Amino acid sequence: MTAIASSTAGAAAVSARARDRRRNRLHRIPLLPALLFVVVVTQVPFLLTVYYSLESYNLYHPDTRHFAGLQNYRAIFEDSIFRTALVNTVILTAAPVLLSLTIGLFIALLLDRKVFGRGLLRTLIISPFLVMPAAAALVWKFTMLDTQFGLINFILQPFGVDHTDWINSYPKTTITAVLTWQWTPFMVLILLAGLQSQPAEVLEAAKVDGANGWQIFRSMTLPHLRPYMELGIVLGAIYLVQAFDAIFMITSGGPGQQTTNIPYYLYETAFRAFDIGRASAMGVVVVVATIIIATLALRTISGLFSDEGMKGRL
Amino acid sequence: MSASTLTRPTRARKTGPRPTRRRTRLPSLTGSLLGLLTWLVVLLFFFPVLWMVLTGFKEETDAATDPPKFAFSPTLAQYRSAASDAQAYLTHSVTITVTSTLLVLALALPAAYGLSIAPVRKWRDALFFFISTKMLPIAGAIIPIYVLARNLHLIDKQIVLVILYTAMNLPIAVWMLRSFLLEIPVEILEAARVDGASFLRQLRSVIVPVITPGLAATALICFIFAWNEFFLAVNLTTTNAATVPVYLVSFQTGEGQFWARLCAGASLACLPVLLAGWAAQDKLVRGLSMGAVK
Repeated sequence: MTAIASSTAGAAAVSARARDRRRNRLHRIPLLPALLFVVVVTQVPFLLTVYYSLESYNLYHPDTRHFAGLQNYRAIFEDSIFRTALVNTVILTAAPVLLSLTIGLFIALLLDRKVFGRGLLRTLIISPFLVMPAAAALVWKFTMLDTQFGLINFILQPFGVDHTDWINSYPKTTITAVLTWQWTPFMVLILLAGLQSQPAEVLEAAKVDGANGWQIFRSMTLPHLRPYMELGIVLGAIYLVQAFDAIFMITSGGPGQQTTNIPYYLYETAFRAFDIGRASAMGVVVVVATIIIATLALRTISGLFSDEGMKGRL
Repeated sequence: MSASTLTRPTRARKTGPRPTRRRTRLPSLTGSLLGLLTWLVVLLFFFPVLWMVLTGFKEETDAATDPPKFAFSPTLAQYRSAASDAQAYLTHSVTITVTSTLLVLALALPAAYGLSIAPVRKWRDALFFFISTKMLPIAGAIIPIYVLARNLHLIDKQIVLVILYTAMNLPIAVWMLRSFLLEIPVEILEAARVDGASFLRQLRSVIVPVITPGLAATALICFIFAWNEFFLAVNLTTTNAATVPVYLVSFQTGEGQFWARLCAGASLACLPVLLAGWAAQDKLVRGLSMGAVK
């Protein structure tokens, strides 16, 4: 009797598990096209990149193509331009991210008040981010920063600045400034969303308890904003590490190699010198470096994302 | 950090340091000073955009001058000639971005559904796989794509950019749409199921109406990213599939003489995205943060 009962229970469990499996298979269907698409377009090419990186392969001389082992990797690490480009990439990512975050926080705090024309202000402040980066680069390069006719020199004239060649004298600063200008609105949007999600009652309570504005900002607002700042840094870095448009348009990586970052150097190697093998090795190095950084970043983002909305769906 | 703390804006709040009794009259003064400062800072940031649009209305002789001309008699000449120069590029851009955006939505909506309403067991892995492809730099994939496109004579073909932009935007769209789908209360879906609504019926009468604003916002975000994309467009197209950013490259060295034309062209290039961005303003932050911030 008990044996029969337990065996029917077992059978029920087995069929439940089978139903579960079937259900899961069914649920996988809508996911598959998108997954397949992304795998084919992003993952397969990466494997090919690894393959090319082990070859001596120049598109100008396709007949000399041969297996080269790790030669490309040795070449890029002995290449001083590559090392410069690595350092430049770090500088031209970190500087605009941190600057735009700081300025963005300042502007977000200003906009989080009752101020006349708030909607219009918001519309205006997001515009630099929406402007096509290639267009922004041109407008800055010529109308703003030109030695002779640029607005910046005109505005700074009373302060003793005389026809400064910003782009060639301060190339990194120029690129940083343009990127900061474009990315500040992004930080404003994220931080503003953070500020507006502060629970009003808690702030009220702090005021009632006699905390002053600075104390509230330091011990309540800033901790509350922390995840938003982290998100801004992570996302900003993901995009800015690939900065290409402004560098291509404004400095072409120069003068010398002063603004050559990895994307720009890769562009020169692959699309100017047609050295597929070496460019691929660079690509692999960049991806490995990114995976390391992204693992840290993912931990941050995964904190922003919880199972809350998933309750009762599994 | 839970999603709920990120998502519930409590807007009924006066901000800024509120005074103790001693300073009851000060807030209005500091308030208006801060208001003025806000306007100044925002206008400072907006100014280059304004200057670009204005310079497009100048004659070339008024465009590059020392000192710069703030008053001038406007002309439409530059916008007209830029529009005719850029016409082919604009057409390519519209075709490529619209096609890729539609493709993104067609692929992302079912995927988002499979990661929220009817989740697979490993939904979390799939979700993070999508986002991780967004973090991999294009440097890791561009070279084989270029070589392949060359060998298959696909350089300068619109289809290549359509496919690449779709892959570029797909992770964002999946995350964003998922965040909208999660807002549909489970009870409503359950009720529809109990009432015997078929899958298609559920889709048509419950999910689609709720998700429409989300779909529109997602489409606008994808459109913005695809429209502004530069690296792939410059390297994979020359004339037949060249998009608007490629048109702008022709101004890269045109120092001095053609600033008005340049600014008119740049303004035209930016206009669609500015309009889309202003329209999607409320959802912009959600798209940019891939649904994490609402």
